[in-house]
Amino acid sequence: MKGLPVLWLLLWLSAVYFVGIYVFVGGFLLVRLEVNRTSTCGDLLEPEGGSADFCRGQPRFKRAIILIIDALKIDFARFDSSKTTPRHYENKLPVLEEVVSSRPSQGRLYPFRADPPTTTMQRIKGFTTGSLPTFVDVGNNFASSAILEDNLIHQLGQTGRHVVFMGDDTWESLFPKKFFRSLPFPSFNVKDLHTVDNGILQHLYTTMVGDDWDVLVAHFLGVDHCGHRFGPDHPSMADKLTQMDGVIRSVIEHLQNDTLLVVMGDHGMTDTGDHGGESLKETDAALFLYSPTPVFAESNSQNEPNVVPQTDLVPTLALLLGIPIPYSSVGQVLLPLFQEKTAGAVAGLSQLEALWINAKQVNRFLETYSSMARDIPPQRLSQLKDEFSRLSSDYLSSLREGQSPPSQLALSLQAYLTSVRDTCRSTWARFNPVKMAAGLAILAFACLMCLVLSELSQVLIKEYSVGLKAPAALALTMGVVVAAAQLLTQGYVEGVWCLAAGAFSSELLFFWRFRRVNSFTVLKNGTKVSKYSRWLTPCRLPVAPLLIPLLRCASLLSDSYVIAEGRVVTFLVFSLVLYIPIQLNWNGLLLPPSPDPLKSAGLLPPSGLSLSTVRKECTTLLGCVGLLISTLYLSLSFHGCREEQGSCQPSSFLYPLSRMQDNQLKNLHYVLSVISLGIYTSLLRHVLCHYGNLNSSGGTVFTARWILPLLSVCLGLHWAVSATSEDSFRNLAQLIRVAQLALPRAAYCLLGLGLSLIWIDPITVFVKTRGAASSRTPAMPTPCYRASTGISPQAELHHLIPQIYQHMRRSLDDSELSGGTEAPNRLTVEAYGLGTVYSAPLLLFCGLLGMGLLLLHPEGMAASFLLLLLEMAALLHIHASSTTLCGLHGTYSGGFNVPWTPVVLWSLAATQFFHATGHLPTFPSIQWGAAFVGFPDGHTSTLLPASLVTLNTFASHILFAVGCPLLLFWPLVCEVRGISRARTCGVEGGDAVMEMRLRENPLQFSSSLLQLSARYLFIHGVQVFSSVCAAAILRRHLMVWKVFAPKLMFEVSGFFMSSVFLLFGVMLVLRVDRAVARWFKNLMPDASR
Amino acid sequence: MWDHEIRAMVSTHALIAASMFMATVLPAVFVLSFSVYGTHLLWLYCTSGAVNAVSVVVFWLLGVTPSTKKNTLGYKLSRLFRACLYFFLSCLFFHTVIVLYGAPLIESALETFSLAVLLTSLTTMRCLCVLGPNVQAWIRVFSRHGAMSVWDTCLQITVACTLIGAWVGAFPIPLDWDRPWQVWPVSCSLGATIGYLTGLVAAPTWIHYHRKQLTYKCK
Repeated sequence: MKGLPVLWLLLWLSAVYFVGIYVFVGGFLLVRLEVNRTSTCGDLLEPEGGSADFCRGQPRFKRAIILIIDALKIDFARFDSSKTTPRHYENKLPVLEEVVSSRPSQGRLYPFRADPPTTTMQRIKGFTTGSLPTFVDVGNNFASSAILEDNLIHQLGQTGRHVVFMGDDTWESLFPKKFFRSLPFPSFNVKDLHTVDNGILQHLYTTMVGDDWDVLVAHFLGVDHCGHRFGPDHPSMADKLTQMDGVIRSVIEHLQNDTLLVVMGDHGMTDTGDHGGESLKETDAALFLYSPTPVFAESNSQNEPNVVPQTDLVPTLALLLGIPIPYSSVGQVLLPLFQEKTAGAVAGLSQLEALWINAKQVNRFLETYSSMARDIPPQRLSQLKDEFSRLSSDYLSSLREGQSPPSQLALSLQAYLTSVRDTCRSTWARFNPVKMAAGLAILAFACLMCLVLSELSQVLIKEYSVGLKAPAALALTMGVVVAAAQLLTQGYVEGVWCLAAGAFSSELLFFWRFRRVNSFTVLKNGTKVSKYSRWLTPCRLPVAPLLIPLLRCASLLSDSYVIAEGRVVTFLVFSLVLYIPIQLNWNGLLLPPSPDPLKSAGLLPPSGLSLSTVRKECTTLLGCVGLLISTLYLSLSFHGCREEQGSCQPSSFLYPLSRMQDNQLKNLHYVLSVISLGIYTSLLRHVLCHYGNLNSSGGTVFTARWILPLLSVCLGLHWAVSATSEDSFRNLAQLIRVAQLALPRAAYCLLGLGLSLIWIDPITVFVKTRGAASSRTPAMPTPCYRASTGISPQAELHHLIPQIYQHMRRSLDDSELSGGTEAPNRLTVEAYGLGTVYSAPLLLFCGLLGMGLLLLHPEGMAASFLLLLLEMAALLHIHASSTTLCGLHGTYSGGFNVPWTPVVLWSLAATQFFHATGHLPTFPSIQWGAAFVGFPDGHTSTLLPASLVTLNTFASHILFAVGCPLLLFWPLVCEVRGISRARTCGVEGGDAVMEMRLRENPLQFSSSLLQLSARYLFIHGVQVFSSVCAAAILRRHLMVWKVFAPKLMFEVSGFFMSSVFLLFGVMLVLRVDRAVARWFKNLMPDASR
Repeated sequence: MWDHEIRAMVSTHALIAASMFMATVLPAVFVLSFSVYGTHLLWLYCTSGAVNAVSVVVFWLLGVTPSTKKNTLGYKLSRLFRACLYFFLSCLFFHTVIVLYGAPLIESALETFSLAVLLTSLTTMRCLCVLGPNVQAWIRVFSRHGAMSVWDTCLQITVACTLIGAWVGAFPIPLDWDRPWQVWPVSCSLGATIGYLTGLVAAPTWIHYHRKQLTYKCK
């Protein structure tokens, strides 16, 4: 068989998918490295270097009150008295305007521009660290959301200030234990407008009057929730804003002289009240600064900024309160708050001093960051560095000479800071729509390519060698060309675009060649209808099985369906399973035609098939449908819960046994798990034994006989040990600790040994030579046997294999091999298990891998894995029975092709069991415990735990992907039952040779293998495509960072694992094929001797 | 003959649709605060009852029901008994299927069962009326060459429409819109009803336009 072309094609397909995903994700998920350094009082940096401690100086303000009104858009804060009929959100905060116009030296109102993503959590990170947070801050601990970067709250705590917080409980999770006092209120319920605000108001004034605080942070949520619920233009928004007006008013009244008041919105909102994206309506919030004593310089248009970027608040507040600027801040001090000239009498810094400190801190951060990551363009970086060294030498020299620095210097420093921020922003904080579109296009074409490949696999494999050299060469050339072009125009190379260009050009070339192949086929076959046009007609694509994936993809576009994904997928699988018998019945295949001879003339199956066969197949089919449905229903009880699902109770199987309190329940669960494990193991062994694969003495059989049971024993013991509580067996503590370490590691070793044994020696055929060689038919002269489809070896093959096969079958039926029964068929070679030579190692591999993955799960999941195995078996049998039924009635003529329905079921089942093994597409639900199985003391590197957790998370994807080729084999495996019973034993059936048929038609074998894999990749790829679409279209949705972006990450990783392990499964099949070829080669001389 | 049968079908369907309409409107006269959402179960029973009654009467009058070989009273009674039994079993069957589809097992069992009753009266009742209590015939009807009269084709279409309607009706349930019709089982029963009504319209139309192609083997 043509193994390599299949493998290369699949590899290329997956590679194109990966490139598409990579390009999209590069434009959507902005990745930034966190710098985990903190500023201290000592390191910053009076210009003279004289006064040592920065924090010791007299700060401009002793205390500050920061009122954060979530989603306080700048439009809400502006006041326009000329408007006679203001909308509900307009002119509701008159206090700001009153202060600004009556006391301009004490208060100012600015538009306050946030950086996308404009969600509350990212914004809090933004205006406390002064950095530009992205969705994935690498170095961030996914398990807890605490901010690890240097930030204002941390600095305040370090210098001994008392920070009191009240309001949105997001802060509490971001800054655990950082507050002197904290009064969090639940922020989860968007419909609740008042709990948080009223809670704050209860405590705000009493706290203000007290003396035990230095910085007071109050985060109001009402305005934001009101926007989400009603939109901005609604009477309740007016009420809410009026309430806020009153709050600001009374806070100003209570304010003392040494206190700064900051009123700010963290982001804006669109006209529908949503936020998250990067439109001006979402980013422009309001910033209001007020001090009871004059603080602002005379209105100086030169220094007055039009818009204040959100990052600028951090250095400003830090310098005003006399603390170091947080390390990773890229903000710029707000100049109007500092004096123009140094004045010794008044505390505080001059504008130039502030700018200098700020610039130095930013430069230090830039140096640290660029030494860690390479995502800032190097050319830009060196420009910035040069600029800073020039400025610093100017500043220092002017200081040394004692003259006042040139007035230009302040402007240049400002320009420097602005350009640093812009550089960082363009690297981190902007969706890249071009990249996103390019990624989408590549993915869409990749999906289309899968579809074309699956429909045309036969033509591609049979008539034309699939030259991948041209696409690969073109891809490489295009990549290099783009790289060179970039080098010429921009001066540096961006790898993403090279990859994108390569992938895209190879896709286009593929389509072009595919067109040519089609037209060529038409030309050659003259009268034949063009495949191209036939392919385009909708009737060739089955509607119902593809409707289900379509619905599934549509469901990925709605957050409610993503939240309920587990049930949605189960629902869809269930629907498709019910569709199978209905479809068969519609075609008149399910019920055997009535025995009435008059009527059945038209519908009568081909001769030689008794009615009982049909009836038996139908019973099998319906039984398997029942089994499948019950596994589907039972699998629902293993689901976890998202936090969005309010009234949901997570499955009790999800908790490890060691956490269970009730002893009786613990034992019950343990027994249940062990029983499931036992059934799992014995089922696997039983199947292998049933098809005669346990007779020989090869590596695979050794694995099935010894390693499989041993592994399950290991697992059972491991669960027992890990479930024992620490104090119950005190004197055995040492032993338990050793066992906790040794048992899982032994299991890993056994697993590795088993898998590699299967790989090395996959043949499970047991050959027994019997009788004299003379009894062989003389028509077997050549000892050399070739696997190709030449004419003369074909004849041998036809002769040899049925004989071997028949004996094997006889051994299956346990009939004693008495040589006298069939004199003409006296055989010299008996082969056990030849009929399942392909599927047996694959099945065993799958089962073994499943057991290994089970090791990484909590104990209760054993039942779920058993269900997975049962569902796989039921699916395979349904597929086999329906194929047989179609074949019996003569309507099935697809060669070995696997139709869409089982493939769709197979790939949806992967998603279904992703949920049924307790996983969810959210980061908090990742089962981190998997990293510590066998490594109870933690790890030194990150690679091993990461791969363990990945294996745990995508267990079902892995199992279904590896087992995918089974869909191709199973109808052949099951064929024997249908036909062998029907035929009398004496009939020499050249076609009844189970999987040996695949060897007889190597071309068909490889084309159907390619088709099956392409279809599987298509279903998964389409899901990835639609979740990518969801992320791209809904990037301003309220739930984008909570639902869609994590879903995208999980879908993408699931696809990655699926394709990798699908390739693995295909490779295993090819390996078996080669081994079988060698086996035949060895057999032939033996037989002819 | 064709036109005659199609006309009979159209009038039958008009009668059934009218009865469903009356079942939605009339109870409001007797029951205070009757509404499709508010007192959904009541509406559901009314509709089921109306459809059942009208179908039985109309199909009996039309004489579509296959004639029986034996004409004794005892045989008729046993047929009636079997019909009732099948009706009840079909309710249980639908209940099971709905639960397997993901409906809560215990909490709203009454609602689920009511939906099963509705589905039974919209689908199984028609089977009973057209084919008699004969499961073999029911299964036979739902195959490509299984229809043996216009009424069988009509049965195929209405049943498929009803079931697809109920299936589609489950789609809006997970959405977070908080609408009264998202409450279980309102959307499904509404979907089934709308599907059934569509089927009532679609069946005669389809048959009318395909009457040339339709050929039936005699029974």
